Amino acid sequence: MIFAVIIGMALVTMIPRAIPAFIVDKLQFKEWVNRWLNAIPFAALGALIFPGILNVKPDQPHIGLVGGAVAVVLAYLGLNVIVAVLGAIVTVFLLTM
Amino acid sequence: MTTKAIHKSNTSSAAHMIKRGISVGFPIMLGYLPIALTYGVLARQAGMSLTELTLMSVMVFAGASQFMGANMIAVGAGAVEIIVATFVLNFRHFVMSLSFMNRLRGIGRNWKVPLSLGLTDETFAVSSLHTKEAKMEKGVLFYTALILTAYFSWVLGSLLGGVLGEVIPEQLSQSMGIALYAMFIGLLIPSVKKEIRIGIIAIIAMLINTIFNQFMSEGWAIVFGTVLGGLSGVFLLKEDQS
Repeated sequence: MIFAVIIGMALVTMIPRAIPAFIVDKLQFKEWVNRWLNAIPFAALGALIFPGILNVKPDQPHIGLVGGAVAVVLAYLGLNVIVAVLGAIVTVFLLTM
Repeated sequence: MTTKAIHKSNTSSAAHMIKRGISVGFPIMLGYLPIALTYGVLARQAGMSLTELTLMSVMVFAGASQFMGANMIAVGAGAVEIIVATFVLNFRHFVMSLSFMNRLRGIGRNWKVPLSLGLTDETFAVSSLHTKEAKMEKGVLFYTALILTAYFSWVLGSLLGGVLGEVIPEQLSQSMGIALYAMFIGLLIPSVKKEIRIGIIAIIAMLINTIFNQFMSEGWAIVFGTVLGGLSGVFLLKEDQS
């Protein structure tokens, strides 16, 4: 039973991932569609960050926001992604002590 | 002599691409390990065997849906219900894959298909912000190494979580819940610094996601936030921008 669930989950995850790999060479996009697709990563990052970040500690949404703000500052200073990640982890750790 | 030299520069550029892929993928590893460990623990508690929970990581490779799947198995949800919910939650990868594959046009299908299967929120975000490798010789090895770094961290982390149980103190694992968000922020900010309009696209996507979250599932809300937020890029991005 669990095995069937895993197979099913794998199929409905893999097929949408793979379809573009099969069709993209057959399609020629207009320039505005290319701009749309090129903007997708930035839109996806936005949608993945917020409002999900409020649930880092679900009963205290400000914790995620403060951790995120630290990451923004560290990244803005031009530091490596790893530093931003570690800085945010330490911030949340200290805030929840 | 000449051919030998060329051959040598080929292998070294291949090794260089693999090394770069691993180092660019390293932040994903850092973000995945604690989450994968937590998934392993949770899946064990949900009654899944070690084989089952590891197999799910090997075959599905999508964090949020695996947490959801383990939870639904724990509460005795039906198979169809779990599979449909997984489809809804992971459909955003279709949009991401279309964007990523459009970048990889120069690369053969034999590479594209396996790379597409390794697409997650995180591997997509990191790969998409490293677009110049797609045009470089052996660039495909860069994306392959990046994705495999993430994949093995996820699979091995899940297995470890299932074997060891709660190895990470709760407060620490909770703090590490911010890791992937911080990584997304760390990826976004440098692009925003270069072009403020990119920040506007991201904020539009955040707002759409927040509004749609009120009346539909999280999965669809992210899909709409990404697709409609990206649509603003048609007007905001200039021709030559990536």
